[in-house]
Amino acid sequence: MAKVEFLGPINRESIHVDIKNLNDLKEMFKHDNELVEWLEICAVAVNDTLVSSIDIKIGKSDKISLLPPVCGG
Amino acid sequence: MELHRGPLNVDEITNRWYGKLKDKNYGAYIPFIGIVRDENKISGLSFDIYEPILNSWFKAWQEKAKNKDSYLLMAHSIGDVPNHCSSYMSAVASPHRVEALKMISSFVEDFKVSAPIWKYDLINKERVYAKKRSTALKGAGLLK
Repeated sequence: MAKVEFLGPINRESIHVDIKNLNDLKEMFKHDNELVEWLEICAVAVNDTLVSSIDIKIGKSDKISLLPPVCGG
Repeated sequence: MELHRGPLNVDEITNRWYGKLKDKNYGAYIPFIGIVRDENKISGLSFDIYEPILNSWFKAWQEKAKNKDSYLLMAHSIGDVPNHCSSYMSAVASPHRVEALKMISSFVEDFKVSAPIWKYDLINKERVYAKKRSTALKGAGLLK
């Protein structure tokens, strides 16, 4: 199953999900009220590369990361 | 690129970087040192970093610098950094000043909006995410 990790201030344990693409993940999170406000502002990386398409296919060994707004320095 | 737990040892890093570059025939070397300010009743800042994407972001910048015969350096803190200490240093070395001045500016500005680093204010020993001062990464909101 694909791994989903919630980075920085989201402060949640990683989960494993059985999905075929990012759209499936979007559907899965739709009713998670706590997560909804993060989803609006989070970027998404698949295997440590930022992505911009919701249709990207997800395989069993893929890692999805949610990245909230940043502020280094 | 180097990451350190807690505040940066500015003297050590500054001397090491300069020592490494001074005989490499760069005509301009510009260091930038970020210092945590005492403001908004904080005792310091704290940082989380996602290293895999930070590394690839920095590598891409180093390639850009290489194309201009320049070289970039960067150090950042992980965890807590008290007021008046440094959490971020970067530097550029170039053959000439014009390129170096341009590059340090665009590098630091892109760092602020692209490097996967999360900042927290330390208030009464608690970490408070600096959400208002943060910038959403490119493509944010894909799963909303």
